[in-house]
Amino acid sequence: MDIRKVKKLIELLDESGIAEIEITEGEEAVRISRYPTGGVAYAPPAAMMAAPAAAQAPTAPAAPAIPEVAGAPAERMQGTEVLAPMVGTFYASPSPDAQPYVQVGDEVQSGDTLCIIEAMKMMNAIEAETTGRIAAIQAENGQPVEFGQVLFIIN
Amino acid sequence: MFDKILIANRGEIALRILRACHELGITTVAAHSTADASLKHVLLSEESVCIGPPASAESYLNMPSIISAAEVTDASAVHPGYGFLSENADFAERVSDSGFAFIGPPAKVIRLMGDKVSAIRTMKAAGVPCVPGSDGPLGDDADENLRLARDIGYPVIIKAAGGGGGRGMRVVRTEGALVSSITMTRTEARAAFSNDMVYMEKFLERPRHIEFQVLADGHGNAVHLFERDCSMQRRHQKVLEEAPAPGITPEQREGIGRRCVEACLEIGYTNAGTFEFLYQDGEFYFIEMNTRIQVEHPVTELITGVDLVEAQLRIAAGEPMKIRQADLAVRGHAIECRINAEDPKKFTPSPGRVELWHAPGGPGVRVDSHLYSGYEVPPYYDSMIGKLITYGDHRESAIARMRVALDEMVIEGIKTNIPLHQEICQHAAFQQGGTDIHYLEKRLGL
Repeated sequence: MDIRKVKKLIELLDESGIAEIEITEGEEAVRISRYPTGGVAYAPPAAMMAAPAAAQAPTAPAAPAIPEVAGAPAERMQGTEVLAPMVGTFYASPSPDAQPYVQVGDEVQSGDTLCIIEAMKMMNAIEAETTGRIAAIQAENGQPVEFGQVLFIIN
Repeated sequence: MFDKILIANRGEIALRILRACHELGITTVAAHSTADASLKHVLLSEESVCIGPPASAESYLNMPSIISAAEVTDASAVHPGYGFLSENADFAERVSDSGFAFIGPPAKVIRLMGDKVSAIRTMKAAGVPCVPGSDGPLGDDADENLRLARDIGYPVIIKAAGGGGGRGMRVVRTEGALVSSITMTRTEARAAFSNDMVYMEKFLERPRHIEFQVLADGHGNAVHLFERDCSMQRRHQKVLEEAPAPGITPEQREGIGRRCVEACLEIGYTNAGTFEFLYQDGEFYFIEMNTRIQVEHPVTELITGVDLVEAQLRIAAGEPMKIRQADLAVRGHAIECRINAEDPKKFTPSPGRVELWHAPGGPGVRVDSHLYSGYEVPPYYDSMIGKLITYGDHRESAIARMRVALDEMVIEGIKTNIPLHQEICQHAAFQQGGTDIHYLEKRLGL
């Protein structure tokens, strides 16, 4: 679905008093809802992920249950940076309802899919080039990313 | 008018485009490679997107990356500048298929004029004088080619249809060399342009390069903005340009200008464009058309008072042109010197840190450059770091102002061709005007 269309829907939601909109267009559907706290999620594809990720069991036994999302200042962490190889929109999961590919604390092998970058309606899987532990996720779901931007830190 | 424009270029032209956008209240997105993160226009732009590593093929020539950058920033239009993808019809098509305005002519017109053979055929049909030639691609029949060359008369030049701008050409002076020259040019063309179509033209021994600027909107209006003389060249690269061309009469100017305008209307041309001619013995011969804004556009801006980049934006936004041919006149004279980061004698590139940049000023002096003190000129791109343009009531005063401005200009830390330009200004032949395209190389002993 056209990102610009979704942005317009967000604006619509924002301007009206509506709490939630769901639009279906052929095989594509988008649901945009206000957060219970009253704020509106700005990044349109984040709104696609309306189902919270909270109820997932941690995939690594020793890892914390709450995924750490970027918003925290990017401190210089130890580890290998995974850089965006292209311009596009960062998605943490294969589809809006699915679990994220990785969470902080997960062990990954070289070749594991870490995220998707969508460009010109094509989804590109970004794979880990090293083996290690996800120390940080530096991009937000639905955020535009540029070439060379830090997405993950693996150590 | 557009809300936001993505600038898909670098250096001085990207800054020129940014300035035009900002003057009209348009937000800009600077698409840049990793090596260009500190380009002046990137620093000034409201938004920027890194589109790839230094190599042009992976950044400024990377169509998906550029279009993706326009998508994520929600730009309305893309300005391709000059060089890079500005004359790539596929790019223009993909940009508009993706929902953005391409600031330039339609893809099919770019395609028509990008193929040099079809461009010549089109211009001939529109009544624009062309160089006597094969009037079409050369076949493999050696006898036919020999006959053709005999009819045209030696020397002839073999040119690649997919080439242009001085690339993919070979001069043949004797019949004995013809067949092998055609084969060699084909092979080179296949490698460089993925297109081995070649054609033949009469080779003019001492022509001047004179080109005409046009603007056309999408509403049936087209005007020409007179000519520029770009004969001062080295290895097919322009070094210095001026407007108007010395010695061209108003009748000649009007005659060729009018035919260019008619050709634009014939082919459905929109936006800015340039018709390039060789001029020898009082005759003009069309060689190719450039379907983009050109490096030397400032000299035309100064003698006509028309902002060509602003005109590009307005035309692309669908506005009808307010300029009429009757409103345009040649006023005064303008000269442009291309300032390159290179050794003034050896012409080897000189990238590096500009320790001190000091621009000249005063009446009639214009500097189009992205330099600033502390800027690092990267080694990955062409060496042009700016343009020094002067204007005067007459050619002599434009030259005098250029001389003074070149003396005032300071660029320390890298080598530049400022000394070459200072020398050219002293040449008697330059001061007289009308030198041909071989003059500079002969004079420098190259």
